[in-house]
Amino acid sequence: MTSFEFSQILPALPEAFLAVAAMIVLMFGVFKGDSHSRAVGWLAVLVLAVTAALVLGSPVKTTTVTLNGLFVLDSFARFAKVLVILGSALALIISLGYVEREKFARPEYSVLFLLATLGMLMMLSANDLISLYVGLELQSLALYVTAAIRRDSLRATEAGLKYFVLGALSSGMLLYGASMIYGFAGTTTFVGLAKAFAGGEAPIGVIIGLAFVVAGLAFKISAVPFHMWTPDVYEGAPTSVTAFFATAPKVAAMGLLVRVLMGPFAELAGQWQQIVVFLSVASMLLGAFAAINQTNIKRLMAYSSIGHVGYMLVGLASANESGIRGVAVYLAIYLLANIGTFACILCMRVRGTMVEDISDLRGLSKTSPMLALAFGIFMFSMAGIPPLAGFFAKLYVFMAAIEAKLFILAIIGVLSSVVSAFYYLRIVKLIYFDEAADPFDKAIGGEMRWVLAGTSAFTLLFFVWPAPLVTGASWAAKALFPG
Amino acid sequence: MIVQALAFYLFAAVAIASGVMVIAARNPVHSVLFLILAFFNAAGLFVLMGAEFIAMILVIVYVGAVAVLFLFVVMMLDINFVELRQGFLQYLPIGGLIGVILLVELLFVFASWAVLPDAGMLAAAPVPPAEAVSNTRALGRLLYTNYVYLFQASGMVLLVAMIGAIVLTLRSREGVRRQSISKQIGRKVEDSVEIKKVETGTGI
Repeated sequence: MTSFEFSQILPALPEAFLAVAAMIVLMFGVFKGDSHSRAVGWLAVLVLAVTAALVLGSPVKTTTVTLNGLFVLDSFARFAKVLVILGSALALIISLGYVEREKFARPEYSVLFLLATLGMLMMLSANDLISLYVGLELQSLALYVTAAIRRDSLRATEAGLKYFVLGALSSGMLLYGASMIYGFAGTTTFVGLAKAFAGGEAPIGVIIGLAFVVAGLAFKISAVPFHMWTPDVYEGAPTSVTAFFATAPKVAAMGLLVRVLMGPFAELAGQWQQIVVFLSVASMLLGAFAAINQTNIKRLMAYSSIGHVGYMLVGLASANESGIRGVAVYLAIYLLANIGTFACILCMRVRGTMVEDISDLRGLSKTSPMLALAFGIFMFSMAGIPPLAGFFAKLYVFMAAIEAKLFILAIIGVLSSVVSAFYYLRIVKLIYFDEAADPFDKAIGGEMRWVLAGTSAFTLLFFVWPAPLVTGASWAAKALFPG
Repeated sequence: MIVQALAFYLFAAVAIASGVMVIAARNPVHSVLFLILAFFNAAGLFVLMGAEFIAMILVIVYVGAVAVLFLFVVMMLDINFVELRQGFLQYLPIGGLIGVILLVELLFVFASWAVLPDAGMLAAAPVPPAEAVSNTRALGRLLYTNYVYLFQASGMVLLVAMIGAIVLTLRSREGVRRQSISKQIGRKVEDSVEIKKVETGTGI
């Protein structure tokens, strides 16, 4: 039994603030009612901004383990937390207008975003299998509800139910694996596990447990063969919710996977590397080929995100410092490009109703040139065309793979990114060279304009001054490789 | 000693028998009632092991809440259980095969399971001697000190569950009559009662 001191909470101050602030925002929303949803939304954005400031300005500078070893704050957690908060805040901002137009604006929508973000922050700071699970469940539970928040839409309800059932299954697998690891290693703390496997040897039970844990987490990042839910959920959920799903939770789950594999199981890299290589190759190939036939833009983005997860896993499979730096850079660029793309998709409105078909984008350059330009930038970036940001993201992970002598993986990666370039460029072709379809509604809202301008400027001009992001990413990666 | 052994065999036998009946009973309401019986017997087994806290939790949470909820679901929802079972035989071979494979894997794993002789010393929170503290007190001490972070985090999970249940079920629909108390109280005599002079012999 340890005596409790306030200094123990200090590293977890952003989480504590976010939890209390989410409850205050909830109370505000409940008493003010549905008509004040927009105010609640902006309040939630403000809360996220303060949380980000607390993460960045935390007085705890070094790697600190606290709360009885359940919670860790290091530069990797800090980097990923800032990304997650940024993703949640931007997803919330671009959804404010959408939820009002589609008439499901409720204060709980923003509160659930806040609580999901809290879960993601807890995941990123997990230093124990139990805190990992509790953080993951908090995040997932809030996401299940937001997927089904449009109760009157059959497709949204179906998406929510499907996500819930498959997510619960994956949580079950993760728990099963965690219990196997606990049974054979005798501890759940990451520090204790790392000590137990210091020799690089582990009983077969731990390996089986590890495989189950990786499978459970692969579900959350939607890596093939655990991706089945992604296209259906992305298509069925309201577009603003899909924008959220494709960004912040992916970053959080990827960060968690990196922490679990590079932390306690770093010495068993030989055992899990083959699993990650398989997940990576399968995701890249499926993401490249399955997206070709899609006609719905949200389904296409689902397959595209599966492919991107594959590229990130290339960096993780390298299991070296430059690989993790590559993953961190990739996550940041992926996050901003996806927020931007979904902001474009949220603008796809013809005479007041949302359209989701790729063919609706025909001739966009003639009807709304600025939107077309932004869409084009994101598509070129995702295809990995230099000098846009997406090219550098891929460059870093492939370089790490070559450094780790995973030549075949790097070659498959490059080839599948060529295949995936086809469907990204097809959208650009539709936008710029085809006959114009019905024009989109012009009124997109001021905040949407700002998000689009910011994300597309970042994607376009990343190569001019890449230093802040790359330095931050190397600083984050260093935390996982002490000494 | 003999009483304890007898009690153990009684509880164990009834638990297994009622477990079988849960899946064998034709009437789903009977299944749930057998499930409750199984819970009670499992609680009895826990008491025999000296884990009275878990025994009480089992009775309060599982019997008091979960099983009653099941009972409500079974009785309220119009589910045709005969239809649900139709695919049972069809999927039995593949389901049985997966079950057998998992069982064999587990056997392989546990065959190689060896516990270090001093594994008990490594425990994060060693068990205090049973004479010194009751296990309810021991659990409470740990939960509110070492694991207070997880305790609070679980509270947040429950908060999300509560918000989710309200968000997904409370919605305004057309054609539903709701009680508006202020409207009821604000009603005046003039609004609802009208006095008419009825002339004799004509009616209204």
